[in-house]
Amino acid sequence: MAAPSAVLQSEWTKIKSVRSTIWTLALAFIVTVALGAVICLVFNNTWDDLSTEDQATFDPTNTAFFGMTLGQLALIVFGVLVMSSEYSTGMIRTSLAAVPQRGAFYTSKVAVAGVLALVVGMATSFVVFFLGQALLGSHKAQIGDPGVLRAVVGAGLYMTLLVLLCVGAAAMLRSPMLGLGILMPFFFLVSPILSAVPKVKKVAHYFPDQAGQKIMQVVPSTDDHVSYGPWGGIAIMAVWVAAALLGGYVVLRQRDA
Amino acid sequence: MIELQGLTKRYGDKTAVDHLTFTVRPGVVTGFLGPNGAGKSTTMRMLLGLDTPTSGDVRIDGRHYAQLSEPLKHIGALLDAKAIHGGRTAYNHLLCIAQSNRIPAHRVSEVLETVGLTAVARKRSKGFSLGMGQRLGIAAALLGDPEILMFDEPVNGLDPEGIHWIRNLMKGLAAQGRTVFVSSHLMSEMALTAEHLIVIGRGRLLADTSMADFIEKNSRSYVRVRTPQPERFKDVLTAAGHTVVTTGDGSFEITGTEAAQLGELAAQHQLVLHELSPQRASLEEAFMQLTAESVEYHAHGAVTPGAPPPMPVAPGAQQWQQPPAAPPAQPGQPPQQQPGGQQWGSQWRNPGSGKGR
Repeated sequence: MAAPSAVLQSEWTKIKSVRSTIWTLALAFIVTVALGAVICLVFNNTWDDLSTEDQATFDPTNTAFFGMTLGQLALIVFGVLVMSSEYSTGMIRTSLAAVPQRGAFYTSKVAVAGVLALVVGMATSFVVFFLGQALLGSHKAQIGDPGVLRAVVGAGLYMTLLVLLCVGAAAMLRSPMLGLGILMPFFFLVSPILSAVPKVKKVAHYFPDQAGQKIMQVVPSTDDHVSYGPWGGIAIMAVWVAAALLGGYVVLRQRDA
Repeated sequence: MIELQGLTKRYGDKTAVDHLTFTVRPGVVTGFLGPNGAGKSTTMRMLLGLDTPTSGDVRIDGRHYAQLSEPLKHIGALLDAKAIHGGRTAYNHLLCIAQSNRIPAHRVSEVLETVGLTAVARKRSKGFSLGMGQRLGIAAALLGDPEILMFDEPVNGLDPEGIHWIRNLMKGLAAQGRTVFVSSHLMSEMALTAEHLIVIGRGRLLADTSMADFIEKNSRSYVRVRTPQPERFKDVLTAAGHTVVTTGDGSFEITGTEAAQLGELAAQHQLVLHELSPQRASLEEAFMQLTAESVEYHAHGAVTPGAPPPMPVAPGAQQWQQPPAAPPAQPGQPPQQQPGGQQWGSQWRNPGSGKGR
């Protein structure tokens, strides 16, 4: 067996020595924070235009995370590229010749991408929360309020799981074109649209992103009655992630590089 | 030491590698020769555990590749020069490979120095020429200071200076007692570097021999004679016990004798000679003949059966040269159908050879 620490170190060198890592993660951070801040500002300034019902169910915590709809696209690119660039560049043959134990190679890559995503995800989540609340003025939530810390930590977890899902999917698809071509439209268009269509949305609620985003809500929305709570939602997402990672491992193990 | 035992790889009903059994020994450069699509790269990928064999076995120093804990310290390989993430600098590319096998970082600078890439160590490999890519790939192969080195078509895309450098590098590595296994589809290249030769075609082993034996067996030499008095000279030759073959353009081909003897014979009988030249069938022709039936991709229709035309050899000249553009006809077979200017082996240099997968 190759020494696990050696392979981890190698994967860390790999991930930090390409520009796409910096760009995608920085973009995810900036877009999520900037968009979240703008939305909070708009809500604060147009508060009086909201209906009483909207005011009553206003969720200041979740509002700060609205920017993630766009910001997560950069995370998808990050997750897909971490894995599929090995295939698109041919580097996979060099990598597997150096570490023929494919499980060790895969685990290390997933771990490095996951830890990096967790750090960036948590940073993004906390920054956008505090910035958003500051901009919401008197309508803000406090980190100590019930469910708020869970939502903020949950947003970081959501971003981490999303990246891991993309890593696993990319390992199955083995091509950046396929990976981005399937995952970007799915998370940006297909999933949000389907979750708004009557009847279909009962199924769509179990999609990884729809289930995972539940944890970011502090005030439950009135119009959907999903059968899982915030932690249940993130657990559903985690099952998707586990399936994707396992699928990716099986493909990596079975197929010729 | 690399040992292959009945190694087989099938893709659907297509057999890429067919029961290959041979051993690559240390201390010499072993050439692995075959036309494009013969299965060389597939064999090498199986050797590195990248592709799983359908059946059979391949071992490095008695162990399967996946059983090597730090494989780069046993075997270094250059499979394809572009197996590099172009966004990574040469230094970082080598560093991440080195770290995975716990090779100290100073080796990275050392091998960059060896291959002459120190000046561009901090440049992204995206901008590298094919030759620089090859050098970077070779640097990666040398990282772990391995006893076994394997190069897949290392001279592809290199300029003459680079080719010269690679030849000397491989010879130097073998002279240090290492196992050097190098593939090529160019016999001429192998003749200059390899001491041992393994030839495959359509995945099957065609020859496993020393280069000296191969040359001995396969380079047919004869003397070509042209004379305005063919009938008289033929009688003289027959009387002297020589076998004469008359070719389509009226010249004679005489085997088993020296040009000097034939000249003296002609002088004795006061015969006029217009040409008296020693000929030798090149190794490339021998190789082509050997693999003719197993050539996977033909550029146009059928391959010409039998031996391609021989070529003239000026005394002391390089043996491996391009054949003449308009070849004379062969004895005992219809005139060549090859169009003039057709280069040797051109029917192998065909796209779709399964490279770059």
